[in-house]
Amino acid sequence: MKLNEIIAKSVSESTTQVFSTMLGIDIAGGEAAVEAGMPEANEGVISFIGLAGSWAGTGSVSCSPALACRICATMLMCEAPAVNEEVLDTVAELTNMIIGSVKTELELHLGPLGLSIPTVVYGRNFKTKSAGNTEWIVLRFLWDDEPLIVKLCLEPKDQAAHVMFHTSSTQSCTLEV
Amino acid sequence: MESNVLVVDDSAAIRKILQRVLRQTGMAIQTIHEAGDGQEALAVLGAQKVDLVLSDINMPKMDGLQLLASIKASAQWRQIPVVMITTEGGETKVSEAVKLGAAGYVRKPFTADQIKEKLAGILEPALPL
Repeated sequence: MKLNEIIAKSVSESTTQVFSTMLGIDIAGGEAAVEAGMPEANEGVISFIGLAGSWAGTGSVSCSPALACRICATMLMCEAPAVNEEVLDTVAELTNMIIGSVKTELELHLGPLGLSIPTVVYGRNFKTKSAGNTEWIVLRFLWDDEPLIVKLCLEPKDQAAHVMFHTSSTQSCTLEV
Repeated sequence: MESNVLVVDDSAAIRKILQRVLRQTGMAIQTIHEAGDGQEALAVLGAQKVDLVLSDINMPKMDGLQLLASIKASAQWRQIPVVMITTEGGETKVSEAVKLGAAGYVRKPFTADQIKEKLAGILEPALPL
């Protein structure tokens, strides 16, 4: 099995398991695609987490604000009418669990990997770009009709970048992931 | 006898979930303290009586393994059982935690039953009303 196939299978299984265990939800979909690392406009909530070791890269989970609130409300059994600190924290932890499980699986093939603390971004019309020429393995899931997108890029360390950039119309800054 | 538990995780979401799960276990728990990293946890340990620590590994400032090492190096705290609850499921991290003296290891995502099972030999069940 090729590495991309191993990653896609692992992301699919991990996402399904996290939703099933922590939210009691059978999340649908998980069809994998490979996308070039071109900047794309984002809107909503995106959480990034870095992987480091002999291979390095980034995992991300993104969804609409409405879905982020629904995830938080279901996972914490609380009201979440709008995106707030608790909602962002929940999406960050969801990312930590999904990509963390993928990391554990990949370590069987790639050796020890480190996992960073997640970073969450919430906004409109912002772009993200990995500093390398990276291909992302992208899996799109659906909770009812709301998409949740899980992405992962991974390269041998000497080719990998460890910094993500995000820009908006008014400002830019560097996200260390 | 009712126990005091310290939950250490940089995610407030996980701390909230563990609070709920611990209350549902049927164990005799008096107070659940919280800390967002290892340093905060040491401050709580210095100020409160704690009978069990549940700790994440990946945290800022001081991670869970450093916290575990600090607890086991202290004459005052070394008897406190520490259970790691973490996404770090690799053999290296598990064996490191065991070597440092962890009383148990639960991988995230976790179910309430997994937490209950892990704590069964550590905490006393609540007395029936």
